[in-house]
Amino acid sequence: MIPYSHLLQLAMPEVIVTITAIFALTADLVFLRTAALRTRLATSVSLATIGCIAAIFAIARASESVNLFDGMFLANPLVHLVQIALLVLTIFVLLLAVESEFTEHIGEFVLLILLATVGMMFLVASQNLLTSFISLELLSLPLYILTGFDKRNARSSEAALKYFLFGGMSAAFLLFGFSLLYGFANSTDFVQIAAAIHGPSLNPLLILAIVMTVIGLGFKVAAVPFHFWAPDVYEAAPIPVAAFIASGSKVASFFVFFQIFSMAFAGSAGSAAWMHFVHGWVPVVAIVAALSMLLGNTVAIVQTSLRRLLAYSAIAHTGYMLLGVVAHTPIGLAALLYYVITYSFGTIGAFGVIGIVEKPTGSDQLATFNGLNKRSPVLAACLFVFLLSLAGIPPLAGFFGKFYLFVAAVSASSGLLWLVAFAIAISAVSLYYYLRVLKRVYGESPDSTPLPASRFSVAVVVTLATLVVLFGCAPNLLLEPLIAAVRVVGM
Amino acid sequence: MLAWTIYISFFGALLQLLLPKGNNTLARALALLTALAGCCIAVTSFTQHRTGELLTVANYAWIPALGINFHLAADGISLTLILLTGIVAIAGILFSWNIEKRTNEFFAFYLLLIGCVYGVFLSYDLFLLFVFYEIVIIPKYFLITGWGSTRKDYGAMKLALYSFIGSAMVLVGLIAAYVVAGSKSMALNDLAGFAFTPHFQMWEFPLVFLGFAILAGLWPFHTWAPTGHVAAPTAVSMLLAGVVMKLGAYGCLRVAMTLFPHGLDPWGFSLIGLSSWRDVFALLAVIGIVYGALVAMVQQDFKFVIGYSSVSHMGFILLGLMTLNQIGLSGAIIQMFSHGILAGLLFATVGRMVYDRTHTRELVKLGPMNLNKAIPFAAATFVVAGMAGMGLPGFSGFVAELMILVGAWRAFPIFAVFVGVGIVIGVVYVWRAMQKAFFAEPGDVISHEPLPPITIPERLGAIILICTSVAIGLYPQMLLKIITPALNSLLFDGVRKGGW
Repeated sequence: MIPYSHLLQLAMPEVIVTITAIFALTADLVFLRTAALRTRLATSVSLATIGCIAAIFAIARASESVNLFDGMFLANPLVHLVQIALLVLTIFVLLLAVESEFTEHIGEFVLLILLATVGMMFLVASQNLLTSFISLELLSLPLYILTGFDKRNARSSEAALKYFLFGGMSAAFLLFGFSLLYGFANSTDFVQIAAAIHGPSLNPLLILAIVMTVIGLGFKVAAVPFHFWAPDVYEAAPIPVAAFIASGSKVASFFVFFQIFSMAFAGSAGSAAWMHFVHGWVPVVAIVAALSMLLGNTVAIVQTSLRRLLAYSAIAHTGYMLLGVVAHTPIGLAALLYYVITYSFGTIGAFGVIGIVEKPTGSDQLATFNGLNKRSPVLAACLFVFLLSLAGIPPLAGFFGKFYLFVAAVSASSGLLWLVAFAIAISAVSLYYYLRVLKRVYGESPDSTPLPASRFSVAVVVTLATLVVLFGCAPNLLLEPLIAAVRVVGM
Repeated sequence: MLAWTIYISFFGALLQLLLPKGNNTLARALALLTALAGCCIAVTSFTQHRTGELLTVANYAWIPALGINFHLAADGISLTLILLTGIVAIAGILFSWNIEKRTNEFFAFYLLLIGCVYGVFLSYDLFLLFVFYEIVIIPKYFLITGWGSTRKDYGAMKLALYSFIGSAMVLVGLIAAYVVAGSKSMALNDLAGFAFTPHFQMWEFPLVFLGFAILAGLWPFHTWAPTGHVAAPTAVSMLLAGVVMKLGAYGCLRVAMTLFPHGLDPWGFSLIGLSSWRDVFALLAVIGIVYGALVAMVQQDFKFVIGYSSVSHMGFILLGLMTLNQIGLSGAIIQMFSHGILAGLLFATVGRMVYDRTHTRELVKLGPMNLNKAIPFAAATFVVAGMAGMGLPGFSGFVAELMILVGAWRAFPIFAVFVGVGIVIGVVYVWRAMQKAFFAEPGDVISHEPLPPITIPERLGAIILICTSVAIGLYPQMLLKIITPALNSLLFDGVRKGGW
C-alpha cells in the first residue's frame, strides 16, 4: 500500500483540475450571479484556463513512473504527454467559448468541461478495466449534458438525447465485453488479462468479448457502423462542445482503444494481411476502419451543412486513425497520437471559424461561407489551412500525420498495404469536398458585408492555424517527444 | 544558391499577400522581379555547372526519426528543367500583365506554384519531392477556379482530382519502397541503390510510373489536360503545359525508372504482342501521339487544338523515356524543355493575344476577323511557334523529336512508323488551325472595333520564348552537354543495365 498523501501527489494534476472546476462553479454562483454574461464567461474561462495551466505545470514537474493497483493508476512519460495534450486542447475549447451566448449557466458549463477533462486524464492513466470504464463514463456523461446545453435550440436537445441513448447502449455493450474478460482472467488488469487469454485458438466467448469491446469503443470514436450520433451532435451542439467532442474526447478514446487492444487482447491479434486473414481483433478493426473511411468520405460529398460535412470527415478520419490501432506497434502508437493530436488542433480551429461565421445568421450552410475571403481574409486563410490539413495536403500537419500513420501500418505488416492503398485512394475523394468548400470561400459572394468578429476569437483561430502549419513543417517538435515517451514506456 | 529559387518564389508569394490591395502595377512589377531573380539564379547555376557533377544545394536533417532530410541537389537534368521553369515563369508573368481582378492573390498563387515546381526539380529526398509535388495541386486549382474561363469549375476540379489520384498512387509506391528498404532513408540515391526484389519492382514500377504519368498526360489518363488547359487563364495554361506536365515526366524518369529499373524487364510471357511494362507504356505513348494529333485536327475551339497538341507532344516524351537508350532519353529531356517553351508560346498566342482581344476562340468566328492584318504580331508568333512545334529544323522541336524518333527506331521499329505518322498529322493540325484562324478569307459581313494592339510585355514574352527555342534548335549541345553526363551518372545505373 502506498500512503494517501503520495497518491494525492501522484494525482495532483487531476486534483488541481477538479478543484478548479468546483471553484469556478462556486465563484460563478456566489459572486457573479448578477454580472454581465460576458464578464461571467471571461472570469470563469480565465479561472479554468489558469487551472489547466497549473495542472500542466504539475504534470511537467512529475518525473515518477508508477503503476498502482494492477494498472488502476499510471504515471509515466507517455501518459503525461497525452495528458498535457488533452489539457492544451481543453484550454483552446474554453477559449472558443468566451464569445458564445448559448447559455447563462456559465459555472455549470465550465464545471462540466473540466470534469470531462478529468475523466480523460484518468482514462489515459489507466490500464485497468474498472478505472477505464469509470473514467470513460466520467468523460461521457458531461458530454451528453453539454450537447444539450443550448436549451433554446430544440435540435441541440434532440442531438443530446440521441447521443445519450446511443452512448448508454454502447456503454452496456462495453461493460458486457469487459465482464467477459474479467471472467477469463479473474482480474481487471490489462496485463493479467493478456496472460490469461493467451492461447493458440480463439475461445468463442473471447470473440464475443472482442466484438463487444469494438462496439463500445467504436461508438466513442465514431467508427462505422456506430457513428449515427456524430452528424447530429456535430450539427446541433454548441460550437465549443462540438469542438470538444471532436478533439479531446477523441484523443483520450483513441489512446484507450489502442491500449485495450494492444495490451489486453495482445495474444489474440490475428492478422488482416491481404488474402491471409487470421481471426482475432485486428481483422475486425481493419474492416471497421475501411468502412469508416468509405462511408465517411462518400457521404460527406453530399452534405450541405459544414458542420455535418466535418462530422462525416471526422468519421473518415477515425478510419485513418484506426490504422494505427491495426498496426499495434510502438510506431503505430506514436503515429496515432501524432495524428489525433494535430487533427484535434485543426478541428477545433475549423469549429472556431464556423462559430464566428454562423453567428450573424445562425446558419452553417455551405452558402454562408460564400465569399468569406472578401469578408474576412484572415478567417478564410485559417479555414484554408484547417481544411487542407484535413485533406492531407503538405506541408500541413495532416499530411505528415497521414504519411507517418501509413508508414507505421505498412511497417507493422506489409500485408496491410491493401488497407493503406485503400486509405490513400479514398482520401482523393475527400479532397473533392474540401475543395468545394474552399471554392466558395474564395469565390464571389453577393453579400460582402464585413464579418463582426472580435480580435480575441480571431487570435485563437490564428494560433491554431499556426500550430497546424508549424507541426506540418517541423513534425519533429511533436514527434521527437512522442517517440521518446513511447520508447521509455516500451509499449 | 539554387535553393534560393524556391525561397525567393515563396517569399515573393507572401509579399504579394501583404501588399496593399489595389496597386496592381506594383504587384505585377514585384512578381516580375521575383521571377526574374529566380531565372537569374537558374541561368547562373546553369552556366557555372560543371558537367557530370551532382551539385548538393542544401542538406539538413528534417525528420531524423524517419531518416528524412531537407536535401536539395541538382544534376544536368534538374538544371535543364529549372532553366525552363525560370524562363516560362517570366514569360507567364509578362502575358498576365492584363490581370486586373485580385491581382495580388493571382500572383501569390502563381509564385507559390513556381516555387513548388523549382522544389520538385531540386529535391533529392523523395519525401521532400512528394511534398512539393503535392502542394502544386492547390495553387493550380485556385488559379483556374478564380481566374479561368470556359467551364472553369469542372476543369479545375477534374485537374485537381486527377493530379491527386496520381500522387496517391505515387504515395503508396513510395511508402512501400521506403518500408521495404528498411525505413531508414528517403534519399533518392539510397533507395535507388537498394536491391528491391524483381517481383517487387514488377508491380511497383507500373504503379509509380503511372502515378506520375497521369500528370504527364499519358493516354488514356490525359483527359484532364485539354479541359484544364482550356479553362485556365493564359499564364496558368502556360505553366500547366509548360512546366507542370513536366513534373510528371520528370517523376517518371527520376523516381519510377531509377528506383525500379527491373520493372522494365520482360514479363516472360507475351500478351497481344506486349511482353513488358516498357512495351505497354510505349504503346500508350504512341497512341497518345497519334490520338492527340488526330483530335487536335478536328477541334473547333482554338485553345483545344493546343490542348490536344500538348497531349501529343507529351507522348513523345514518354516514348523517349521508354526507349531506354541514350539518344532517346536525352531526346525526351530536350523535348521536355522544348515543349515547355513552345506550349507556353502557343497558349500565350491563343489565350492572351487572340482570345483576350476577340473574346472568342472558335476557329470559324476567328477566320472572318482577318487577324493576320489586325494583329500581325500574333499571327507571326503563331506561325513560328507552330512551325517549331511541328518540327521545323532550326527550332528546338526538331532536335528533340528527331532524337526521340532515332531512339524509338532502335528500340521499337514498328512504333517509330506510327510516330512518323503522328508527326505528319502534327503538320496538318497546325496548318489547319493557322489557316482557319489567321489566314482565312476575310469576311465582309462582320464589322467590329479595331482590336487593341499587341502590348510591349506580350512582345517581350514572345521574343524571349522564341529566342530560347531557336537557341536550343541551333545549338542543342548547350543542353546535351549537361544532360548526357547526368544520364551516365551512377543514379541511372539500373536504367542503363551496364551500357546503353
